[in-house]
Amino acid sequence: MTVLHTFVILVDDRPGVLSRVASLFRRLNTNITSLTVGRSETAGISRMTIVAAAPEDRAHRILASLYKLEEVREVDDVGRHSAVVRELALLKVAAGVATRSDLFQLAEVFRARVVDLAPDSIMLELTGSASKIEGLVQILEESKYQILEMARTGRMAMRRGHHTSRVMDALSDATSEPGIAAVAAPAQDFLEEAIE
Amino acid sequence: MTNGSELYAHPTRLTGAEALWATLAGEGVRDVFGYPGGAILPAYDALRKFPIRHILVRHEQGATHMADGYARASGRVGVAVATSGPGATNLVTGIANAMLDSVPIVCVTGQVSSKVLGTDAFQEIDITGITMPITKHNYLVSRAEDVAPALRDAFRVAQSGRPGPVLVDITKDAQQGSAIFDFAAAAPAPARRHAPRFNGPGSLAEAVELLRRAERPVILAGQGILHSGAIEQVRTLAERLQIPVASTLLGLTAFPASHPLSLGMMGMHGESWVNHAIQQADVLIACGMRFDDRVTGTLATYAPKAKKIHIEIDPSEINKNVRVDVALIGDLKQVLEAMLPQITRRDGSAWLHAIRTMRGSAAVRDIQQLPDNGHLYAAHVMNDLWRETRGESIVVTDVGQHQMWEAQYYKHDRPRSLITSGGLGTMGFALPAAIGAKIACPEKEVWVIAGDGGFQMTSPELATIAQEDLDINIAVINNGYLGMVRQWQEFFYEKNYQSTPLRSPDFVKLADAHEIPGARVTRRTEVLDAVRAARSRRGAFLIDFRVQQEDSVYPMIPTGAALHEMIRRPAENPLLESAEDA
Repeated sequence: MTVLHTFVILVDDRPGVLSRVASLFRRLNTNITSLTVGRSETAGISRMTIVAAAPEDRAHRILASLYKLEEVREVDDVGRHSAVVRELALLKVAAGVATRSDLFQLAEVFRARVVDLAPDSIMLELTGSASKIEGLVQILEESKYQILEMARTGRMAMRRGHHTSRVMDALSDATSEPGIAAVAAPAQDFLEEAIE
Repeated sequence: MTNGSELYAHPTRLTGAEALWATLAGEGVRDVFGYPGGAILPAYDALRKFPIRHILVRHEQGATHMADGYARASGRVGVAVATSGPGATNLVTGIANAMLDSVPIVCVTGQVSSKVLGTDAFQEIDITGITMPITKHNYLVSRAEDVAPALRDAFRVAQSGRPGPVLVDITKDAQQGSAIFDFAAAAPAPARRHAPRFNGPGSLAEAVELLRRAERPVILAGQGILHSGAIEQVRTLAERLQIPVASTLLGLTAFPASHPLSLGMMGMHGESWVNHAIQQADVLIACGMRFDDRVTGTLATYAPKAKKIHIEIDPSEINKNVRVDVALIGDLKQVLEAMLPQITRRDGSAWLHAIRTMRGSAAVRDIQQLPDNGHLYAAHVMNDLWRETRGESIVVTDVGQHQMWEAQYYKHDRPRSLITSGGLGTMGFALPAAIGAKIACPEKEVWVIAGDGGFQMTSPELATIAQEDLDINIAVINNGYLGMVRQWQEFFYEKNYQSTPLRSPDFVKLADAHEIPGARVTRRTEVLDAVRAARSRRGAFLIDFRVQQEDSVYPMIPTGAALHEMIRRPAENPLLESAEDA
């Protein structure tokens, strides 16, 4: 069964690393749904979050193959665990004086922030789960608002609790996770539920 | 500068070019295979100052195959050197070959100056980009101070874990620039241990329990046994539990063919009883092998009754092709050493007897005794060569029918005595790989066995053999066809021999043009004399064996068939050994 997997990968911050990581997905004919890269808590180490749809055995191969790359320090499939998953979106919506106040209300319901206001447009910043962002987009479209531009970061993910990337190894030892485990249901973010 | 101790004791200012050779020498390299050119010229200019032998190849593909053969014969890292652009791209096939067969080689390429990188400068090509999927890792070095650390790391990567090829691309200005050379300080961080997260399924205790209860176990022996140095441990496991051992092509020399528990090669061209044993097994214990499609047949019907134990150093191989019940991730030798104290003796005679029965009269076959009907079969050549060399030669085979016949009829008792291209199936591999093997093991007898097709792909390396005055014996199994492809056309394409008949030069004359003596053999009775002539002569010798043209390799499992659904030898085949094969 093909499900979305969220891979968190800690890599050396060097030229070519992204290419090696991306090449691995290409070789397995697996499309990358989203990919974010940025600094991690450790100097010289970048953190990637890659979301991709894959059957379970292929996800295991992706994880094991990622770990074989010399510049990869640690890998995790956070979909297996309770984790906070967030995405950030910027939406530029066409809005004049007449329609502005409706948009402000909509933004408040979704806890989006208005980050730019121009005579004929508004820019909204929204952080949350992918479904929350898609919810806002859907409502805007159904309410005949014109989305002029949309930019999304793709998912970022972090396991809940005291589990940190630095102690990942030790934790894995203690729980002795099987290599092939049933995928846990994606962690529901109870804080988000009020919004839906 | 050839005074090594001084150089390695104190940090010294060297050019990048000098640091390259100093690092190689420091890593224990004595021989490299290469071809000079513009972007690697600074390195070649500095070579004379170092105690490293350079073997000039005739094509860079040859350099990688030589490094490959060198590594397989000796267990040491092989090194190939080439210039930028076409020199680098010519390495690609050889690097891919080493990747598929997990062979530790380091390739060093020159690159255009860092100032013009990315400008399509003369002979510039993005070789680190090109080789990314076919190397374990590669490096682009653009500063002299990075030469030694990158190369030392390359040697670590090539040899650690599951071995493989590494490429280091060094810009011309990095070779020309200078930096403090500090060999000790350039040492790489130790190889990362495998992540425990990849452990399982199952455990050592479960594996021991499966083996204890097994009634029809089979060991699947792969090349990982050689890499891990686990020959003794596998042998102990087999003997203590009386488990028969089936080998992959690359694992053939990891267990002695003359051992009573040895079954021989499994898979597409394995003998019938070997594959039947696997299909009927109740426990398979895979040691350093990867369930390649050439050994499993159709996965849906592969060893359906067997619980499978997989001991493997590379977690990405687990459940890749065959779903296993117990996976033990780690170095094979260490895993077996942890397992063996828990393994107690067991009587396996019933199972061994059952296999012996399957084997029938083929168990005592002796094709030496076959009547000479005037035809020369490749199997005769392999058999006579095996007897005459007492199985003690290093045999380097190419790819195709002769490769399978060699695997069937030449009985290898010594580790690393068969060098062949398995995963990639690279025609043209044998001749250059044999050069590498001979350079690595000059005291050993080396035979090349190649078909008339594959031999011509890299035959210019005869000039390398002549220039280096190497004592290598060459057997060309000449059937006038691209034989394995012809066989497939015969079996699966209604004998439409499209583009497989092959007209070749007179190989004896070709050898003569290189001042290499040779002989042509067309009859069974001439085989031994020719082999003796080749062996008794110091220096290279080529034998052109004109064998039966439309002979096929039997048995054969067609693609998509189960392991036990094989095409048997036809009754009129004079090599028929037993009723079982009919």
